[in-house]
Amino acid sequence: MDAIRLDLEGLAARVPDEAKIALPPDYSYCAMALVRAIIARGVKGLHIIGVPALGFQADQLIGAGCVATVETAAVTLGEFGLAPRFGAAIKSASIRMLDGTCPAIHAGLQAAEKGVPFMPLRGVIGSDLEKRRDDWIVADNPFEESDPILMVKAIQPDFAVFHAPLADRYGNVWVGVRRELMLMAHAAKSSLVTAEKIVEGNLLDDPVRAAGTIPGLYVGALAEAENGAWPLGIPGGYDADAAELARYVEMARTEEGFADYMAGNSKEAAE
Amino acid sequence: MSNLKDIRAEEILISAIAEMLDGLPHIAVGASSPVPGAAAMLARARHPEKTRVSVLGSEKNNFFTDGGKELFDCAGQGRIDAFFLGGAQIDGQANINLVSVGDPDRPKVRFPGSFGSAYMYFTVPRVILFRLEHTPRTLVEKVDFISAPGTSEPHVYRPGGPYALITDRCLFSFDREKGVFRLASVHPGHTVEEIREQTGFEYDEPAEVPETPLPDAETLAVIRGSVAEQLAEIYPAFAAEVFGLGKAA
Repeated sequence: MDAIRLDLEGLAARVPDEAKIALPPDYSYCAMALVRAIIARGVKGLHIIGVPALGFQADQLIGAGCVATVETAAVTLGEFGLAPRFGAAIKSASIRMLDGTCPAIHAGLQAAEKGVPFMPLRGVIGSDLEKRRDDWIVADNPFEESDPILMVKAIQPDFAVFHAPLADRYGNVWVGVRRELMLMAHAAKSSLVTAEKIVEGNLLDDPVRAAGTIPGLYVGALAEAENGAWPLGIPGGYDADAAELARYVEMARTEEGFADYMAGNSKEAAE
Repeated sequence: MSNLKDIRAEEILISAIAEMLDGLPHIAVGASSPVPGAAAMLARARHPEKTRVSVLGSEKNNFFTDGGKELFDCAGQGRIDAFFLGGAQIDGQANINLVSVGDPDRPKVRFPGSFGSAYMYFTVPRVILFRLEHTPRTLVEKVDFISAPGTSEPHVYRPGGPYALITDRCLFSFDREKGVFRLASVHPGHTVEEIREQTGFEYDEPAEVPETPLPDAETLAVIRGSVAEQLAEIYPAFAAEVFGLGKAA
């Protein structure tokens, strides 16, 4: 079955207000161009989930006022420091924050992937994270005496939103070892994917490729986007544009600077 | 004998941490930790046939093939022997705070978040706490938010936990039975009195506190050679600043 192929705007148009979307961390394959298109649409009230942490994508979505809820183990810009628009939103309490921990997010997605209501996980007991989450419960291990264990409620995003080096006309998407993208795609109701290149053949025909490929079954629609992760990089492809990321961090310190950055950015995209 | 003048503070820390990692089968390093990352690479350079290192965010020092969750699955099974955690605040019970200062709903300062701490602290036997700012502001009596608790009730499954805390001034070991830190050594150029003044929590202090040893010439050569080179791939800014290296092509 041929995949639904759209342009970036068409893909962004599939994200309604208040959608729950899963996003990868900066060191994975981030669909930055698609995120800019979502911002340009003026989507509101998103619930964004970091798998397991968030970075530049989240900071820009939050700064642009697209986000109501952030569920993640962290928001970090790595060597570029704290995420400025995220920090400002937290201090003004303009977003709802669900602080989590990496493996609990993976566990919640794994529960959704299997279609079960929760997943048990070791650790976490006694942390303030656990005390502040009503979708986590400490219960007894049914197989042992006196063994409390955390139960993480399944996390089912409406969409997994990510980039990939390669996809084909059937919507098969190659992610290689970046299998958090596969987990996201399995758990979400649907995935919106951009790829550096969409080829005419079938990626599943090559057994070496197939092992790292998400089948088109999980992919709602895709768009070709060369340099679609820019200014982030893609591992094994191109490096992050450090000068551009530094320029963002500098400008995004203030609300006005952030607005100027995003305005310049969309102008550049239009040209 | 090494000369203190020529040795950077980071190199003393790298060498001291590597001592605590000596001969361990699998050392994992999380995000944004260049000094622990370097220490892990030094430990591996000393035992290349015995020690594996996984660095989150690295392409060359990361052999996982099952995505972001594999590190945690590995830890849950006991396949990771040492890990590093930091803390905007760390308290005397080894509770760590990676979230915020003040009321978490209206924080004065917000940090990135807890990452995998609430899990790795329970599952990895030797967790080394690493904090470069050693002041009463960071080493506090009680943290404002517990990202991960230092100790647990006896019936809570917990093969892992805090092993030591290393700062820019000293090294503490952690006594899990008693739930307190103990001053293990003071870095060259720092004093026991200064540590007392700059630490916001109570800790045990032996009558004689040794000085943290300087790295010997052989160790320094490895740190400045192969370790610095490997580090540049993951922490280019740090490698440039400390070792004057650019990112390897």
